[in-house]
Amino acid sequence: MAAVTTTPRQKISWGTTNVVVVVLALIPVLWLVSLSFKTPAAILDPSYWPKAWTWSNYSQILSTSQFIRPLINSIGIGVIATFIAVVLASMAAYAVARLQFPGKSVLIGMALLIAVFPQIALITPLFSIERGLGLFNTWPGLIIPYVAFGLPLGIYTLSAFFREIPWELEKAAKVDGATPFQAFVKVIAPLAAPGMVTTAILVFFACWNDFLFAISFTSTISSRTAPASIAYFSGSSQFTVPTGPIAAAAVVITIPIIIFVLFFQRRIVAGLTSGAVKG
Amino acid sequence: MSEAVGTVAASEAIEEPSGRRKPQLSEGAKAERRLGYWLCAPAVIVMVAVTLFPIGYAIYLSLERYNLELPQDVKFIGLGNYAAVLSSPYWWQALKVTVVITVFSVAITLVLGMLLAMVMHRTLFGRGTVRTAALIPYGIVTVAAAYGWQYAWTPGQGYLASVFNNSAALTQEWKAIGVIILAEIWKTTPFMGLLLLAGLSLVPEDLQKAAMVDGATGWQRFTKITLPLMKPAILVALLFRTLDSFRIFDNIYILTAGANNTGSVSVLGYDNLFNALNLGIGSAISILIFICVAIIAFLFIKGFGTAAPGTDITKR
Repeated sequence: MAAVTTTPRQKISWGTTNVVVVVLALIPVLWLVSLSFKTPAAILDPSYWPKAWTWSNYSQILSTSQFIRPLINSIGIGVIATFIAVVLASMAAYAVARLQFPGKSVLIGMALLIAVFPQIALITPLFSIERGLGLFNTWPGLIIPYVAFGLPLGIYTLSAFFREIPWELEKAAKVDGATPFQAFVKVIAPLAAPGMVTTAILVFFACWNDFLFAISFTSTISSRTAPASIAYFSGSSQFTVPTGPIAAAAVVITIPIIIFVLFFQRRIVAGLTSGAVKG
Repeated sequence: MSEAVGTVAASEAIEEPSGRRKPQLSEGAKAERRLGYWLCAPAVIVMVAVTLFPIGYAIYLSLERYNLELPQDVKFIGLGNYAAVLSSPYWWQALKVTVVITVFSVAITLVLGMLLAMVMHRTLFGRGTVRTAALIPYGIVTVAAAYGWQYAWTPGQGYLASVFNNSAALTQEWKAIGVIILAEIWKTTPFMGLLLLAGLSLVPEDLQKAAMVDGATGWQRFTKITLPLMKPAILVALLFRTLDSFRIFDNIYILTAGANNTGSVSVLGYDNLFNALNLGIGSAISILIFICVAIIAFLFIKGFGTAAPGTDITKR
């Protein structure tokens, strides 16, 4: 709102504020980028920018299965878990947004409970259960918990989106003889696609970000994800801390996030602000 | 399910407050109810299988003496593990650290998040750029950011350490906790800002203009109009951030690994499972953390009158 006319002073003060926000958000990220381009000798120089640039940290991590394999695991597990979570969440969110049935508030309460659930409380029992079922150190051993924790986020975000859909179209389809299921698949699902893309991004972020489950339910690189693998990096000798390679790996796993943010900024903001507050 | 038209009519009929008994439901309403259950069933099964069932199993494990190194020595010992945890200084130290980190990071994040929300809401230009930049800390992998903070504070190689006379902040208890709080604030302020932005956009412009015409200062408008109208949004954001912060693990694991009394309850639980291999004690810690979270959520919902975020969905 502010004033009706924009004075130059306002322009300057808002410009300054914007710059401060952007700089504060980016300094720690650019520091990682800078570290990843420093030579091993220059790592011990605290200057913010490298004096000499090198790709050697990247070539080092991208030539070893110790990082490539976890990267593949991260992508595979993240994509599969996101897909399953979005499909199951859209079914439940449709029911929440559109259908009358007893027990709906129980479902919403359960989703809320899991959204705030302390994951550490599940580590011990799930570790024990996964070992018993042979799921420990496998892809499904991570996909299943990721789906469970992606569901509440998905149900909240999607039911918010589903309420915005013009439902007269569904009624029209039903009048024309479509079953509720056909109305869902043929009419509503295409309209809901943008909301589902947003939800998928948010759920994928959560899977991509996870560390606790990833270090607890894996023991080798056959299923360890990228964030967990970084914590197991070792230096070229036992006396060197692999700062450069770790920084390069951190940058690599940040790149997908930045790409999503750049292309889907509006959708992500809409998704994050739609779920919890608009009442 | 073929009586599609009946479904629509019936769904309106059910909304009458006096809940009807099953036999009186029309075929359409029954079909709708069945569809509702079928659509929710897969999600419910996964959530129950991964959270509620293991919590039940954890309660059972927590009552046993069960060390993975001594598999033949498994024995039911009642509340013995709880007594052991609650009488241990490690538990209380971890709880203290967790509470300190939660209180400070949430309080500071709330203030900064409100400022960020104002900037994102009011700025005259570059709104997209500001929002994009703010989303990067939200999206970045916590572990990746944590390594950045760790190296920044390492004496001799970090830009922040060199600004602060190369003192090894991460090896001293309270300074390390300060760094952990800083890392948490940087990472979570954008999320807080976005939740508050949604609340901010619900404050009517007319009200602000009317107050301005009446000569209210910016601060008066903020405290008398914006804040009261945003109370529900603020409380929901606070609830989410508090419970999220209480389970802090990634940042501490990377920054200090819990050394020098900087471990949170989550780090303590993790160590008891993977370093001590003690399923009994680890489960008791899990259940105690779960109880803490339940108490915090209960206090928020009852004490502050927060509408649970789900309730608005049902009331629509």
